Amino acid sequence: MSVRIRYFAALREATGRDEELLDLPSEATAATVRALLAERYPSLAKVLPRCAVALNRSYVSAGAALHDGDELAFIPPLGGG
Amino acid sequence: MAAILKITRDPLDAAAVRALVEAVSYPGAGGLVTFEGVVRDNARGKRVRYLEYDAYPEMAEQEMATIAAEVERRWGTDHLAMVHRIGRMEIGECSVVIVVACPHRAEAFEACRYAIDTLKATVPIFKKEVAEDGEEWVEG
Repeated sequence: MSVRIRYFAALREATGRDEELLDLPSEATAATVRALLAERYPSLAKVLPRCAVALNRSYVSAGAALHDGDELAFIPPLGGG
Repeated sequence: MAAILKITRDPLDAAAVRALVEAVSYPGAGGLVTFEGVVRDNARGKRVRYLEYDAYPEMAEQEMATIAAEVERRWGTDHLAMVHRIGRMEIGECSVVIVVACPHRAEAFEACRYAIDTLKATVPIFKKEVAEDGEEWVEG
């Protein structure tokens, strides 16, 4: 399945991208992707463990299941206001 | 009215704030509270040069809509504006504006306080502090 990953703030800077499409096995979860990104982008090591998970623009649990066409983002600590 | 909920790159200057106040105001409003969040020159003992805000805009506007629905449920008003600016902001510039109008002041103050506190806790907006001795993305 194909999942669109979006990057913001420190994650955008660490990956050098706004987004990318990942081709994942059908049993992949948000936790799978977090581990995969940590391996692919060592510079994410510091921020990734502190991120919440957003699936299709809503907060979900860290182990949420994924489906083809989903949009996934790791949300770093919030700084609005 | 439909609440005004926006992430913008445009400056939130006096004219922009005035326009939001006028949009939210209505003849039955006896209390209208405006909150402006402003870029401060210091944080945790550091001298801040400027801030850089980023957001997940589609999700941010969706989370703001959740706040607006709760404001309507608890304080009975849909006369609300929440606008957060992203991009680089200098000391003294406004990063966020919230305007709430209600028949009376008590609920306008409460609703405005709820809106800004909840925005800080749930809306995916991110802040980088650029200080004299370096820069980092920070929480809060």
